Amino acid sequence: MTQLSGLPAVSGLADVAASESSLRQFLHGLPGVDQVGAESRAAALGTRSIKKDAKLWALDMAIRMIDLTTLEGADTHGKVRALCAKAMRPDPTDRTVPPVAAICVYGDLVATAVTALAGSGVHVASVATAFPSGRAALPVKLSDVRAAVGDGADEIDMVIDRGAFLSGHYQQVHDEIVAVKAACGTAHLKVILETGELVTYDNVRRASWLAMLAGADFIKTSTGKVQPASTLPVILVMLEAVRDFYDASDGRRIGVKAAGGIRSAKDAIKYLVIVKETVGDEWLTPNLFRIGASTLLNDLLMQRAKQRTGAYSGPDYFTLD
Amino acid sequence: MTWDYAPAPESRDIVSLRSSYGLFINGEWTDPLDGDAFKTVNPATEEVLAEVSSAGERDVDRAVAAARAAYTKVWGPMPGAERAKYIYRIARIMAERSRELAVLETLDNGKPIRESRDVDVPLSSAHFFYYAGWADKLGYAGHGPDPRPLGVAAQVIPWNFPLLMLAWKIAPALAGGNTVVLKPAETTPLTALLFAEICQQADLPPGVVNILTGAGATGAALVGHGDVDKVAFTGSTEVGKAIARTVAGTRKKVTLELGGKAANVVFDDAPLDQAVEGIVNGIFFNQGHVCCAGSRLLVQESIADALLERLKRRLGTLRLGDPLDKNTDIGAINSPEQLARIRALAEVGDAEGAERWSPACELPAQGYWFPPTIFTGVSQSHRIAREEIFGPVLSVLTFRTPQEAVEKANNTPYGLSAGVWTEKGSRILWMADQLRAGVVWANTFNRFDPSSPFGGFKESGYGREGGRHGLEAYLDV
Amino acid sequence: MSDSHPRSASGRIDVRKTYKLYIGGAFPRSESGRSYEVRDTTGAFLANAALGSRKDARDAVVAARKAFPGWSGATAYNRGQVLYRVAELLEGRRAQFVDEVRASEGLSAKDAEATVSAAIDRWVWYAGWSDKISQISGSVNSVAGPYFDFSLPVPTGVVAVLSPQDSSLLGLVSVLAPVIVSGNTAVVLASETSPLPAITLSEVLATSDVPGGVVNILTGRTAEIASHLAAHMDVNAIDLTGAPEAGANGALEAATELENAAAGNLKRVIRKPLSPPDWYAAPSPKRLLSYLETKTVWHPIGV
Repeated sequence: MTQLSGLPAVSGLADVAASESSLRQFLHGLPGVDQVGAESRAAALGTRSIKKDAKLWALDMAIRMIDLTTLEGADTHGKVRALCAKAMRPDPTDRTVPPVAAICVYGDLVATAVTALAGSGVHVASVATAFPSGRAALPVKLSDVRAAVGDGADEIDMVIDRGAFLSGHYQQVHDEIVAVKAACGTAHLKVILETGELVTYDNVRRASWLAMLAGADFIKTSTGKVQPASTLPVILVMLEAVRDFYDASDGRRIGVKAAGGIRSAKDAIKYLVIVKETVGDEWLTPNLFRIGASTLLNDLLMQRAKQRTGAYSGPDYFTLD
Repeated sequence: MTWDYAPAPESRDIVSLRSSYGLFINGEWTDPLDGDAFKTVNPATEEVLAEVSSAGERDVDRAVAAARAAYTKVWGPMPGAERAKYIYRIARIMAERSRELAVLETLDNGKPIRESRDVDVPLSSAHFFYYAGWADKLGYAGHGPDPRPLGVAAQVIPWNFPLLMLAWKIAPALAGGNTVVLKPAETTPLTALLFAEICQQADLPPGVVNILTGAGATGAALVGHGDVDKVAFTGSTEVGKAIARTVAGTRKKVTLELGGKAANVVFDDAPLDQAVEGIVNGIFFNQGHVCCAGSRLLVQESIADALLERLKRRLGTLRLGDPLDKNTDIGAINSPEQLARIRALAEVGDAEGAERWSPACELPAQGYWFPPTIFTGVSQSHRIAREEIFGPVLSVLTFRTPQEAVEKANNTPYGLSAGVWTEKGSRILWMADQLRAGVVWANTFNRFDPSSPFGGFKESGYGREGGRHGLEAYLDV
Repeated sequence: MSDSHPRSASGRIDVRKTYKLYIGGAFPRSESGRSYEVRDTTGAFLANAALGSRKDARDAVVAARKAFPGWSGATAYNRGQVLYRVAELLEGRRAQFVDEVRASEGLSAKDAEATVSAAIDRWVWYAGWSDKISQISGSVNSVAGPYFDFSLPVPTGVVAVLSPQDSSLLGLVSVLAPVIVSGNTAVVLASETSPLPAITLSEVLATSDVPGGVVNILTGRTAEIASHLAAHMDVNAIDLTGAPEAGANGALEAATELENAAAGNLKRVIRKPLSPPDWYAAPSPKRLLSYLETKTVWHPIGV
C-alpha cells in the first residue's frame, strides 16, 4: 500500500481506476476544498506586485504560453491564416517578441493552420470530442479526434462528459478519456473539465484527478463557452491537484491550461504567480502551462511596449486578427 | 529557470515624520513636564524614526484632568447622534489617509505593508465606522434602557497592532460617551500620534482623546490614577495581572485582553490545502506577534506526515524581508527584546528535544529578524507548548481522537482562541462547544471584524472587544 | 447549657441534628474536626455547625470542577427543569426555612415569611433564565465577509461565592442561583453567623436532581476560607459580596485583599457592594451575565 501525501491509501495509481467503486472511493477520499479559503488564498496571491524585469519576463512568458484561439461558427480559412501569422509574429514591428505556443481551432480548420504554421514551431491544437458540449456518441468523438490528428494537429483539446461526471459515472468519464488518449497517438491531450459546469471546487479537484489518472497530458479549465470560465481559485485547485499527482506518481508533471476570460496582462501575470507559488518554477514553461486566449495577446504586447519604452501604448499600434 | 520578483517597495514619501513629538493633551501638543524622551526605531533597519516624549506622573495628571473636563462639560452631555458624527469623521479620515497610516505602521512596527495596508488600517477605520453607529443607539444594545458612560478611560495598548488596538479601545469608548487617555506601546507610538492629528482634523473637542507616549511607568501611572473610571489593557498576562492587582479595591471597571497559546486542531478529514493556509496565517501572520496566534498545531496522527510535508513546502514560498516591499510575507521582529525572547524560547525547544525546522531563508543583516520556524516532536510538557512565544514559531503536536484533541487544546491556563479544521459539520459544532476559548475559528483562522466580539477565557483576560458586547466594557451597566 | 435535659411538650427527647458540610453531593464533617456554635440574634444557642477549613474548600473546588462538564453540558431545558424542581422542594420546606431565617436574622414571623417567599420566587425567576440567557446575550454578527459568525454565552467554570452575611436565605439564593443556572458550579461560603438556612438548602439540593458537586456549601469563618478560594488557581470567578467586615480599615480592605489574590489567575470578580444590597429589589440578569464567557465562532460560507 502506498500512502500518498494526504490522499486516500491506494496500492498504486493504476489500481484506482480498476472499478467504478475504487474510482469513487479514491475521488471522494480526496481532501475537500473549502471555497472561502481557496478563494482568499487565490486573491492574496493576486496582490503580488510584479515590477520591472520580473514583469518583462512574465509578459514574454505569458506570450509564449498562449494558445491563440478562435472557436467561432464564423471562422474561416482566412481568419485562421491571419491568426497563424499573428501567432508566429505577434508584433511585426518588434522581432524580440516571441511566438505564441499554439493555435487552437476547430478540427476542420486544422489543415489550414498546419500549412500556415509549417516550420514555425507553433503547435496546432484542435478542439474535439463534440466540443463544447461533448454530447455525442463515443465513436463520433473518437472519429473527431482521429480526423484532427490525421490533419496534423499535435494537440487535442477534448471535453469531458460533464453529465456523466455529475451523475457519478466516473468510470465512464475515465474510460472515455483513455479512449481519446489512444486515438491521439503522439498528439498531446488536453482534457477540458468545463469547471463552470462542475460548480464546486471539490468537483474540480476530483475531475482533475480523474483526467490525470486517465492519461491527460494537460488539464484545462474551460471551453470558453460557459461562464464562469477560468478563475484564479479554479486554477489554484487544479494546480494543487497537479502538484499532488506529481508526488503520487513519482514525478509525472501534468500541464494546466487556463482558458476563457483572461483578457489583461495583469490577470495573466496573476496566473503566473499562482503557478510559481503553487507548483513551483518548473511549471513556468509553455510545456506545462498554457493560457487559452485571443484578445489577451494585444494587451500583453501593449504592456510589453510600455515596459520597454516607458510610454503607454494604444490599440492602434497592434494588429487585430 | 526561476522567476524572481523584482523589489516592489512602497514609497515612504507619503509619511512626513517630525524629528520629535510631544504629548497630545487637551487637543494640543505639549512638552512633557518632567518626562524624558525616547527614540522609536524602524525594527527592519534599526534607523531612528523620531524622538518621542515620555509622559511622567504630572503629565498623566494633566491628561486625566483634560479628559475629565471634556467628559463633564462636552462629551458626556453631548447627544449620541452628535458624538456619532465625530466618530464617523474619524473613520472617514482614517480611510482617506490609509496609505500614510499603513506606511507609518510598517515603518514603526516592522510588519509587512501587505498586512498594514490590507488588514490593520482598513479594520481600524471599520472599527470606528461600526461604533459610530452605536453612539445614538445605546439603549438598544441590551445593556439596559439608558446606559450611562463610565467617565474617563485609561487605555494601554501593545505594539503588535498599534493602530488597530487603538481603534478597538477608543472607538467603543467614544461611542459610549467616555473620554480617553491612551498610551501606545513604547516601541510603536507613531500611528497613535498620527491619530492625534486625525482627531484634530476631525475637530474632535479638546480633551476627548489624549495620547500619552511612554514606557511601562507611564502606563502604570495612568492605570493607577485615582480619577480614571475605566481601565482597558491589551498586552501580556503578566502585566494584566499586575493591573488587576492595581485596581483591586477601587471601583474602576477593567477589561483585559491578554496572552494566548491557541491550539489549531486539524482532523484527518480537513480541507488540507486550506488548513495549511490557516496554519500559516495562524502563526506567521504579523510574525506571530498575535495574542490569538495558532501557536500550537494539533494534528491528527494519521495525517501528520502529509500535513507537515505540505506545510514545509508552503513555508518555502514565504518571503521574508523588507516590510515595505509589497511582496513581503514576513517582516521584522518588533524589538531586540522580543527577538531575544523568541530566540531564548526556541533554544529551550532545542534543549527539550523538539526538532527545529526552518525553510532556507536569508535574514537581512540590519534589523531584528527571526525565520519562520516549526518545532516537531513537541509534547504538552514542553515549554514551547505552554508559553506564549509571540513570534513566528509553531509547535506541532499530534492527537488520535477528538477527545484527546480537546483535552490537549484546553490544557493551558490561556483561553483566547482556537482553530478547528474538519469537513464534518457536527464535529465542528462539538469542538466549538468543547473548546474553552473566546474565539473559535472553524475552517478559517485569524479573522477579525468590528461586529464580532473578541476576548478570552481564563488567563487570557476578561471582557470583550467588538460588537454589541464590546460596548458593555464602556458603559455603567 | 443550663437545661441539660430539654424535652418536647410530649416529654420526648429530641433527636438533634448534626450540621455538616455539603461537598460533592455528600455531607462530610469538616476534615479539621472542628465545629462552631451558631447562635440566634439574641445570643441563644441554635446549633453546632461545621467549622470548614481550607482543605474542605480545596475538596469542594475539586468536586465543583468534577461536576462542571456534566452540568454545563446538560441542556438548558434540563437545567431549568432541575432548578425549578428545587423551588418546589423549597416550598415544601417553607416552615423550616421560616423558623431558621427568623432565628438567624431576628425577623418577625411576617418578615420571615416574606423573605422565604421572596427567596423561593427568586429561585424560580433564575430557573427560567436557563434557556433564555443565550437569546438575550448571544448574537449573530454581521461580519464583512463570507462567514457565519455567532457569539454565545458559556459558563465560566467554578465560581466561589461568599454569600451575604446578613441575608441568610434570600441573599444566598440571590447570589447562588445566577451562578448555577447557566451551567457553572459553585463553592459557597455560607453566612458565617447565620449558616442554618444554607445548610437546609444543601439538604434540599441533595434530595433534588441537582447533581452532586454542582453546589458545594461550606460553613465556617469566611475570613479563614475566603482567602484560599480567592487564591485558588482552579476557581474561575469569585463573588465577594459576603467578604468579611474585617481589617483595620473595614470591609473594603478585606475585599481588596481577596480581589488582589483573585488576580493570581485573573478570576472574574464581583466586588463587594459599597452598601448592603436590597435583596428584595427586582433582580436583573447582570449577575447571571457576570459568570458567562462570550464565545465567538466563525465558519466560512461556501459550497
